[in-house]
Amino acid sequence: MSEIVVNAVSKTWGGVGGVDRISFKADAGTLLVLLGPSGCGKSTTLRLIAGLEEVDSGTITIGGRDVTHLSPAQRNISMVFQSYALFPHLNVAENIIFGLRVRGVGRAERDTRLKKVADIVGLSNLLERKPSQLSGGQRQRVALGRAIIAEAPVCLMDEPLSNLDAKLRHEMRTEIRSLQQRLGMTMVYVTHDQTEAMTMADRVILMRDGHIEQNGAPHELYNEPASDFTARFIGTPPMNIISWQDDAVLGVRPEHVALVESDGIPATVKAVEYLGADSIVLCDVKGETVSVRQSGYCALPTGSQVALGWQNRHIHLFDRNSGKRRADSALNR
Amino acid sequence: MVSAVMSAAEPKAARRRDWLTNVNAWLLLLPAIVLLAAFTHYPILSTLYHSFFSLSRGGEADFVGLENYTYMLEDDVFWQVLRNNIVFALATVPTSIALALLMAVWVDKKIAGRSFLRLAFFTPTVLPMIAVANIWLFFYTPDYGLLDQFLKGLGFSGHNWLGDPSTVMSCLAVMVVWKEAGFFMIFYLAALQTIPPELKEAAEVEGAGRWYFFRRVTLPLLMPTTLFISINALINSFKLVDQLVIMTKGGPNNASSLLLYYIYEVAFTFQDTAFAATLTVTLITILAGVALTKFVYLDRRIHYQ
Ligand SMILES: Nc1ncnc2c1ncn2[C@@H]1O[C@H](COP(=O)(O)OP(=O)(O)O)[C@@H](O)[C@H]1O
Ligand SMILES: [Mg+2]
Repeated sequence: MSEIVVNAVSKTWGGVGGVDRISFKADAGTLLVLLGPSGCGKSTTLRLIAGLEEVDSGTITIGGRDVTHLSPAQRNISMVFQSYALFPHLNVAENIIFGLRVRGVGRAERDTRLKKVADIVGLSNLLERKPSQLSGGQRQRVALGRAIIAEAPVCLMDEPLSNLDAKLRHEMRTEIRSLQQRLGMTMVYVTHDQTEAMTMADRVILMRDGHIEQNGAPHELYNEPASDFTARFIGTPPMNIISWQDDAVLGVRPEHVALVESDGIPATVKAVEYLGADSIVLCDVKGETVSVRQSGYCALPTGSQVALGWQNRHIHLFDRNSGKRRADSALNR
Repeated sequence: MVSAVMSAAEPKAARRRDWLTNVNAWLLLLPAIVLLAAFTHYPILSTLYHSFFSLSRGGEADFVGLENYTYMLEDDVFWQVLRNNIVFALATVPTSIALALLMAVWVDKKIAGRSFLRLAFFTPTVLPMIAVANIWLFFYTPDYGLLDQFLKGLGFSGHNWLGDPSTVMSCLAVMVVWKEAGFFMIFYLAALQTIPPELKEAAEVEGAGRWYFFRRVTLPLLMPTTLFISINALINSFKLVDQLVIMTKGGPNNASSLLLYYIYEVAFTFQDTAFAATLTVTLITILAGVALTKFVYLDRRIHYQ
């Protein structure tokens, strides 16, 4: 159906920024998240798929059709912008049906589709309002409505939730995910928030400096990080990375570190972060910080001496120089 | 006992603070108020007052009621300059606005030499009207002028552009449009840059062409600017008469005279201050009407961000 294939695509501005020969595929009807720190090329990738930027080299196909040199309109996609890009002089209804009007869809059909979409995004009683009279969350819904009314098989979203507060963000992310599944859209979703990526995605592409660091399902990125960069980026708190042998570093997740009675690595408690269901104990091990997840409330005083231990099957080994995962890691008991 | 004293003292202190704030505010406003009152409000009232009196010429001025106004309505020249002024406004205001918009949209794009173009379009604004009038006087000079030399090159005969009642208004209008459009362009340019580029991209994704986007998004978003510019242009068309002094003196046979220039003639050439006051009141009424239309009617119908 409408899978998206990006094949060896490059785009730079005078040799700086952009993306460098990236390739990946988003299966039809799935949600693909582009994840990474700011400036790594997520928006560039999305805009290349949308046709808002021209590729330097490589090809992009959507649903088997080569769209590399087509205009955004010809690609049959919809898009939600970080700033929402609502038309400030048009009311909610007019904003949502903007694209239908452009394409000359008749009034009767426009009205039925508007009614349906307004119901879906929960804006039925705000249709007459101007964007300036709406809250951030409501504006977000208008942008969402405008994207889904076209019933385009592909929907692209660039950090759509980053302007919302934490509670709303959580709500909207569930809504967007269920909407995507209900309508069977192929969605490419850009975010720098790994929680968002992990909770929503069928597949996550972690990017760094214009290339793909790892491409996999959320649990793959979490359980088998391909590099120490992925290991540090995924998880809250992220994986502990500590020096091991001369040419390797060792990674272990906070939940896999235990405070042991004997035979452990000596450590000093630096601080305890209480999160409710569990506590994160930040320990100092020879100048490196190791976080330990303890369930419930943990009352260790700062400065107390503890011993840390973990099981060999939970460790990950990475090459010190390249940062790449070692083939034998985690199995090495 | 103590608390009763406290509560009585508190409102007093608050009132005193309020009073001081008020005095402070008025003192800060004072210089502006004095200047406005002395040079704007008082002269307006005084003009209004004089328009109800006969010409004094040394002796006592008599109250004549609306006699000056009846005289004005019977004055053929008044009607002619008013008609000229309306024609002049209709010719210059829409044209200079359209031209300003066109230039702004053009230099808003990412083209080579954009800064140079912006500067070029803005240059006429910097020149004083007197200088502009002198330059264009040379363009329009019969036989030797740039226009006639050019037309002669094409085989046409010379024409007295400013001396012919049928061409003089158009000549002046072209010049004023040339001078004003660059100034208005700056406002459009500033407004265009406040439109977020994502709007264009969002419209592009939805399949809107450039013209559709311009018509349905850019133009409505520029409406506040357009309104501001039209009011200014309209007021300018009544206010700006420097060019007449240099180029035509209102001639030939009042064909190019405008209301303000006529007031100047009546007051300083014919020395009829009472009638000049009457004409001035009329002009102020027209301008006030224009401004009121903006504030009361148009502002409500336009989207402001
Ligand atoms: N239009 C542009 N001109 C020049 N450089 C750009 C442009 N767009 C993006 N870049 C550069 O490309 C890199 C990736 O940007 P972007 O894709 O926006 O990152 P992000 O992952 O934060 O969305 C950045 O270094 C940025 O400076
Ligand atoms: Mg971005």
